[in-house]
Amino acid sequence: MTSHRITQGGLIDRSRPLRFSFDGKTYQGYEGDTLVSALLANGVRIMGRSFKYHRPRGPWGAWVDDPNAVFNVTLGGVEFPNCPGATTMLRDGMVTRSVNAFPSASFDLKGGLDLLHRWLGAGFYYKTFIWPDWHLFEPMIRRMAGLGAVSAEVIEGYASDQMHDRCEVLIVGGGAAGLAAARAAAESGRDVVLVEDHDQAGGRLYQLDSVEGQTPQDWVADQLAAIEAAGGRVMTRTTAFGVFDHRMVGLAQQGPFGYAPRLWRMRADRIVLASGAIDRPVTFANNDRPGVMSLDGACEWLARYGVLAGRNIAVLSNNSFAAPAARMLAEAGAEVTEIDPTTGPIRALGSKRLKGIEVAGKRHPADTILVSGGMTPLVHLWRHAGGKLDWDERTQAFLPGAAPEGMAAIGAANGTFDLDQALTEARAVARDEPRPDRAGDYRVKPLWPEPGSKGRQWIDFQHDVTLKDVELAARENYVSVEHLKRYTTLGMAQDQGKTSNMAGLAAMAAIQGRPIPEVGTTTFRPPFVPQPIALYSGPHAGQLYHPLKRLALEPLHRAADAALGEYGGWLRPGWYGSGDPAGHVRAEVIKARETAGILDASPLGKVEVMGPDAESFVNFIYYNTIKTLKPGHIRYGFMLTERGNVMDDGVIARLGPNRFVISCSSSHTDHVRAHLEAWRQDGNDPDRIFIHDLTQQWSTLTVTGPKARDIVAALDMPLDLSADAFPHMTLRETTLNGTPVRVARVSFTGDLSFEISIRSSRAADLWQALCAAGESVGAGPIGIEALSVLRAEKGFIIIGKDTEGETMPHDLGFGIPRQKKQAAFVGDRSLHMEVANRDDRRQLVGFRVDPGAPPLPTGAHLIGDGDTPRSEGYVTSSYDSPTLGHPIALGLLERGADRIGERVAVWHLGQRSSATVCAPCFFDPEGERLNA
Amino acid sequence: MQLFPCPFCGPRDEREFHFAGEIGKTRPDTTGEVSAEDWARYLNTQRNEKGRVREVWMHLTCSELFVMERDSVTMEVLSSTPLREDVE
Amino acid sequence: MARRYSAWSLFREGLRGHKGWGPAWRSPEPKKRYDVIVIGGGGHGLATAYYLAKNHGITNVAVLEKGWLGGGNTGRNTTVIRSNYFYPESVALYDLSLRLYEGLSKDLNYNVMFSQRGVTNLCHSEPEMEMAARLVNAMRLNGTDAELLDADQLRKFIPALNIRPDARLPIHGAVLQPRGGTGRHDAVAWGYARAADAAGVDIIQNCEVLDFITEGGRCVGVSTSRGDIRADRIGAAVAGHSSVLAEKAGVGLPITSYALQAFVSEPLKPVLDTVLISPVTGTYVSQSDKGGLVIGGGLDRVPSYGQRGNLPVQETVMAGLTEMLPILSKVKLLRHWAGIVDVTPDSSPILGPSALEGLYFNCGWGTGGFKAIPAGGYLFAHILATGAHHDISRPFGADRFTTGRLIDEGAASGIAH
Repeated sequence: MTSHRITQGGLIDRSRPLRFSFDGKTYQGYEGDTLVSALLANGVRIMGRSFKYHRPRGPWGAWVDDPNAVFNVTLGGVEFPNCPGATTMLRDGMVTRSVNAFPSASFDLKGGLDLLHRWLGAGFYYKTFIWPDWHLFEPMIRRMAGLGAVSAEVIEGYASDQMHDRCEVLIVGGGAAGLAAARAAAESGRDVVLVEDHDQAGGRLYQLDSVEGQTPQDWVADQLAAIEAAGGRVMTRTTAFGVFDHRMVGLAQQGPFGYAPRLWRMRADRIVLASGAIDRPVTFANNDRPGVMSLDGACEWLARYGVLAGRNIAVLSNNSFAAPAARMLAEAGAEVTEIDPTTGPIRALGSKRLKGIEVAGKRHPADTILVSGGMTPLVHLWRHAGGKLDWDERTQAFLPGAAPEGMAAIGAANGTFDLDQALTEARAVARDEPRPDRAGDYRVKPLWPEPGSKGRQWIDFQHDVTLKDVELAARENYVSVEHLKRYTTLGMAQDQGKTSNMAGLAAMAAIQGRPIPEVGTTTFRPPFVPQPIALYSGPHAGQLYHPLKRLALEPLHRAADAALGEYGGWLRPGWYGSGDPAGHVRAEVIKARETAGILDASPLGKVEVMGPDAESFVNFIYYNTIKTLKPGHIRYGFMLTERGNVMDDGVIARLGPNRFVISCSSSHTDHVRAHLEAWRQDGNDPDRIFIHDLTQQWSTLTVTGPKARDIVAALDMPLDLSADAFPHMTLRETTLNGTPVRVARVSFTGDLSFEISIRSSRAADLWQALCAAGESVGAGPIGIEALSVLRAEKGFIIIGKDTEGETMPHDLGFGIPRQKKQAAFVGDRSLHMEVANRDDRRQLVGFRVDPGAPPLPTGAHLIGDGDTPRSEGYVTSSYDSPTLGHPIALGLLERGADRIGERVAVWHLGQRSSATVCAPCFFDPEGERLNA
Repeated sequence: MQLFPCPFCGPRDEREFHFAGEIGKTRPDTTGEVSAEDWARYLNTQRNEKGRVREVWMHLTCSELFVMERDSVTMEVLSSTPLREDVE
Repeated sequence: MARRYSAWSLFREGLRGHKGWGPAWRSPEPKKRYDVIVIGGGGHGLATAYYLAKNHGITNVAVLEKGWLGGGNTGRNTTVIRSNYFYPESVALYDLSLRLYEGLSKDLNYNVMFSQRGVTNLCHSEPEMEMAARLVNAMRLNGTDAELLDADQLRKFIPALNIRPDARLPIHGAVLQPRGGTGRHDAVAWGYARAADAAGVDIIQNCEVLDFITEGGRCVGVSTSRGDIRADRIGAAVAGHSSVLAEKAGVGLPITSYALQAFVSEPLKPVLDTVLISPVTGTYVSQSDKGGLVIGGGLDRVPSYGQRGNLPVQETVMAGLTEMLPILSKVKLLRHWAGIVDVTPDSSPILGPSALEGLYFNCGWGTGGFKAIPAGGYLFAHILATGAHHDISRPFGADRFTTGRLIDEGAASGIAH
């Protein structure tokens, strides 16, 4: 076929030709073309195949209302699936392929499926594939379904910028009404943003000869200039895809093809919906043949892209827009016949190639049928925001009714289809003046699907839903509009029903003899048009996905060849040295036991509680009694939830009468802080208690091991480190080279330990000093993995690893406060609920294995000796202890405390072994090394 | 994205807030006898109203608790008051 | 009587324009009195009616639905079916459901498309692998299927996974439940409705319960938008509105309502052949038979009865998705919606009698009600028919909140509920 491009007119730039290919053939288009307009210009009609029957299909509409022309597009070596051809702007070098068709859209091997259509109607799969088994059929069905394939490549940098903005008036749609409203609002001093999804504003104005005495181009340019001169902002290629809570509008601003759109979260005081309307299909036999297109679409192709959809055109329309459209097409050189669709049955003639149209038995030859079934306002955003719709008999459409707060609809989106009236209305609304009546010259005759009509009358083009499918749904009592949608898949294609919903619900109304508004609409859901997942995920990818907290000393750890990994939300050294992690961890454990290990314990929580009521407050927060703690002393304790379950453990130090420091688990700090704040403000006098989280401000370095005192003594601190002057579980405040430091004698390893806290900006000096002092005695840095082994040898637990959500403190051997503590504390009453008194509670124990046996797998269960194995608990921590030379394990076991010495069966992934229950402490049970 | 009005910091992104619970729960005095039923009621019962609700929220970035009145269907925020000034 | 579905009947009907299919269910007028009223025509309510008829011979049953059947969470969920739970009580409940699902298409003579493509829970660290081992062992000991996959096995199983060594959430392995999968959610509601209707149950749509009728402290009926209806026992299965209905009966429930959002993409050729979940990010995804990716995530953080989506959660879910499957960042989303779920303190359901005699509740399923539909219906039917708990439902009675015997899976296994 020869070119359908006319020689002049339109918004394309004929001086900039672009080359592209479709299904292997090369074509030329121009800057400003869409993929569909460029293909149409080249005479390509078949651009895809339908979802189920693989029928050949051409484009229906020129913009967001096209459900037919869908391509996988490759540019710059990157393939994007399922690009809507009608809204994808052509770029030089694009390689496009039809989807769901092989080898090409014009010749598809699966086209034969259409012959089976009588058995593949609505919901056929619910009635069959039951015997022998669905799984036998499903793989085939899945291969047949789906449109484009998604390629395996990961696109580097395909990420959306995320913008936040606000404005007084957001105008959605840059057609006549939107432009007029934006100008009027901006000129009356409002902060205006106008968004338009085309790359050139103007809507359908380019179909006209003149607007208010100007050419459309001049009029549009004048409005844009005036809007910007008055301080308004205009965003083209920007789609308002959803209205969300608190009047926030999601905007997707397109960049060049291949780049993720930019997401704007635009919060507007007022939203003016000027999103226009789309032309709806007419339901007749074979109404989805290639060459049957939207009349309005054809006018857009002509006006914007200089493409004449056909040579010999039959215009089938029930409304007053047909005449000017036909005139415009005729003026561009087409032979146009206007046909009244209300006179009798209609049938498109021809198959892959249209031959004509038959109406009431009369045949009209045509290569193209342009259809206009009346205008449907685009009210999606109205409904997102909770606005109501009212059925309007005059326009045969659902129009905006009761408005959501702060929202107004104007122009075609409001059913104001006549230009002059739309302009008047737009300006009135923008200036908060009373709006004129909608009534105008637009006339439309009711024209809806007629039940019982012969032939294949398509309702959802992409999803192959026919009038017969709707009739079947009605016959089977799937009559609610949602049942109809779900049973037939009507309205679930990529256009989400923009072209099909009205026909579908009108068909159901006709079948049931109900008025259309009684059938109602399905829910409008965002996004207005499909949006890439990258739009939403934005920059929260890779290392920016829940970013890790970083240590002040990270550069020094890297310099020391630390293996950094995530531990509780922090990036921490797991061990030092490359290769053979197990060997390094083992060496570090041995070093810590023989000389000393130096650990960066900075992530440890450091939450200060102070004020006149601080003592009673921490006494209430902790399970353990804290009020008897003396200044300078430290106590280990639990925080519970109000349900009595262990939330966190750690030590609390008393700095003074009214001042405490809580050390919580590094991963729980934020949670603990919020927990403390909640109790502080709800139930206490918040002016007498103050909470400060200083975790990030202080770094903490721990020296642990028999040589710890020697190493710390090398520091220039005026502090007596002797065991008598500075015993275990005490804290001293002093200075290091003039900088305040806190030194705590607490141990998470079971060996003599000093925890030195210093402000983070001075931590590097301290680290280097400790490492230098350590080197002379054979000590050095250890990572968190070695610490895990060291603490397990001593039987110290990690909350969340050695406990579960149900664990109570008496399950861990800390039963005294439950029995004795007089004062109220969080969770107290729950410790006496029925569940707390169960005699089969899982309690913390240790496990030993027989000499020579391997360590127990962590996660293995302990099972009873009944016929069917039943879990009685599980191994929570397990290591081959370098210190002891044999495996050790901790776990939770039903009635564990009473079962010390008992042999238990261990079960892991079907394998059985055995172990002996022991007390949960393997190293220095008397605590001699701890108190050294 | 909702905007919640922290009485101290002004309108802020909903992600900065933590739902702390419905207003009006009083912790039983656990230094005396509390029946299992009363304790269970305190721990578990929710009014969970559809429509107007009064709730305690924490603005995590400033840590302050406040009472927010809002509509649980429309998401409209009706008022926010510092917890310590709440009189109802 | 509904016509039996089969390949043969479909073939015959195809030849004669499908004129012979009758209604899948009737639209009867409500009677004045039934043996049992089930409030809520979602999956659980319809399944309850079906099993009342099938297991207990009670067919004088009405299902009262405020809107259209299957229109609540049954029609809004992400269709995942699994029983990968930690505690024996949970496995007993959800595996009953899974077993019923395995035979459901044949039982109902309606293809619910239960696709056992496996449910895969990712692990992103060695501690998570240890927790995964604990879970796999628990599942197997409790009598359901589970496998522990290492990173190599996983890469072969799901080629699209993010295997970059510098990934923020590196992949160490997974828990696979091979018998888990997805079903066609609407078909489950429709299949139960059709089978219940065939057994004589009256399914009454557009019938809203306005109040309860009580006599002598006992619930004896309901007033509805279509008149008063009485029954010996009344069961409510109205997820998302349980508190609202309970309030009408003067009953308190330990439930908070939250929106749970879901998303579907454009249809793609097969790219993922399992249900993939990252418990750390909360994001999960499967591919429907139609080709769309069905994506979900964690609950909203704001209690809500607003059945609509919002951007903050969508961003979190999509960021989790692209971290897991980065090739999908260029795929487009078609639709984004929300349902309202009942969340209990332990995220486990509540089944059994309420404080008002004669009124029973099936609620509190949180985000996981769809997979429990057959068991929920089976057990609720038992309770309504006998007035007593089934062994499997007993631990899920509301009395557990007084004894403290919660069944808190989230706390046990770290698996999103």
